[in-house]
Amino acid sequence: MGYRFRTDLKWSDVTPKGVFLNRRQLMAGAAAFGLARPAMAKIAAQPSAYSTDEVPNTLEDITSYNNYYEFGTGKEDPAANAGSLTVKPWTVKIDGMVDNPGDYGLEDILANVTLEERIYRFRCVEAWSMVVPWIGFQLSDLLARAGIRAGAKYVAFETLMRPEEMPGQAYPILDWPYREGLRLDEAMHPLTILATGLYGEELPNQNGAPIRLVVPWKYGFKSIKSIVRITLTDKQPPTSWNMQNPREYGFYSNVNPEVDHPRWSQASERPLGAGIFGGRVPTRKFNGYDEVAGLYAGQDLAVDF
Amino acid sequence: MGPVQRINGWLRAVPAWTLYVAGALPPAWLFYLAAIGRLGADPVKGLERQMGEWALMLMVAVLAVTPLRRFLGLNLLKFRRAMGLLAFFYVLGHFLVWALLDMGLLWSQILADIVKRPYVTIGMAGLLMLVPLAVTSNNRSIRRLGAARWQKLHRLTYPAALAGAVHYIWLVKSWPLEPFVYLALILLLLAARLKLPTGTAVRVPAAKAGRL
Ligand code: HEM
Repeated sequence: MGYRFRTDLKWSDVTPKGVFLNRRQLMAGAAAFGLARPAMAKIAAQPSAYSTDEVPNTLEDITSYNNYYEFGTGKEDPAANAGSLTVKPWTVKIDGMVDNPGDYGLEDILANVTLEERIYRFRCVEAWSMVVPWIGFQLSDLLARAGIRAGAKYVAFETLMRPEEMPGQAYPILDWPYREGLRLDEAMHPLTILATGLYGEELPNQNGAPIRLVVPWKYGFKSIKSIVRITLTDKQPPTSWNMQNPREYGFYSNVNPEVDHPRWSQASERPLGAGIFGGRVPTRKFNGYDEVAGLYAGQDLAVDF
Repeated sequence: MGPVQRINGWLRAVPAWTLYVAGALPPAWLFYLAAIGRLGADPVKGLERQMGEWALMLMVAVLAVTPLRRFLGLNLLKFRRAMGLLAFFYVLGHFLVWALLDMGLLWSQILADIVKRPYVTIGMAGLLMLVPLAVTSNNRSIRRLGAARWQKLHRLTYPAALAGAVHYIWLVKSWPLEPFVYLALILLLLAARLKLPTGTAVRVPAAKAGRL
């Protein structure tokens, strides 16, 4: 991975100073009271040139406003209900058209990758957005390790199915388990990561612990959480929201101000964290990640939405 | 004296204006929370949805007045005007939050959404239906229009409430229960107004029940 451009940006360079100090004081205070679990220790991660220099949302915003229907449909439900999820031990089954199929333990996966901090814009299909400092590694690294067989064209992902710990799975809101998919070239793009941390710490359960996908140029629901299975295939895999409502949620779901959701406009978005008078900003095609445009050369994105 | 009569007795002591005061408090509190950053990560959505939900609750309450009196003898008639006007002001607040804070006064998008997004269109229809009702919710208008015409006009409450419920169903992403509960309640309360075969309902003597 020596080819990856590195900067010497540190957290303190991008976090609003007040927030940064507060967080450090909080953590110091928690440690003093013996509250800090080893899991809360800072994760060593390389800075990345793929990071935006926009100011990230606060940890509070990012961890208290989530769409994770396995824990309820309200935005506050995941923070309230996801604590019960057991994320250790965790294995990811990698199967399908790969040379090395098998159950990969999370520690084993992490032992073979370099963690980076990727500060990405996050655009929800509901027309709000945040900036999130993920910790993760390129999906391409893991797929390379699994060995992609010739003929594989898509990557399918599956979330954990565990109704005892995921109360939302008792309701047929979606056809559980949650499923997502990418075309292989999308999956291999260096912007596509598997995230295991946030703000320098392990991923909170409500954000998709212990390992989730992050595809910053697509609407948030494509970035599937708490992944237990990755399958290489030659057919476009079924995906949860597309199965629920194919007219409203396409397989690609690239952020695109020119293609409206049938029920609301995608031309603009409300960046959260700016208070009640924060207003709207124009939405950018591919969420501003223009470098992926080449993946869709020749495709009509109004048809392949 | 039965419990219903006792409640009616208590309610006689409560002046209707207290409802306007009580009704102003929740939005004031909500806007205060939003302004000091205590309404979560998305205070604009929080305001918008809470105002919408309260507006719909008030509309259900308005529709419940006649059936409650007809079937239980509970008399809330004197509060109905206040409830109706509050419902209108809540919908108006809901709309203003949307136009000013959510859409940020982007007029082209506001207009596009009103004509192109069915859930916004139907919400707008609900709001517009409430305007003539709010304007004529005073004794002078009843006298000017005459009771019969005034009553006929105020049946707009029914489609307005239905518009609110359908608007809610149309905007949700999956199929949560809540919007359907509102629609079912409204349909039930409208059905309760249908003329029943005589003798089925517990009728309150007309003299005591007053108009409507
Ligand atoms: C009879 C009038 C109306 C009623 C009863 C009503 C009621 C509601 C209710 C109950 C909700 C959902 C609250 C929740 O999710 O808990 C809602 C959401 C909403 N309403 Fe209305 N509404 C009305 C009119 C309008 C109008 C006139 C507009 C704008 C032109 C509007 C725009 C919205 C928007 C944008 C949302 C939020 C959608 C989202 O969650 O993103 N509504 N309304």
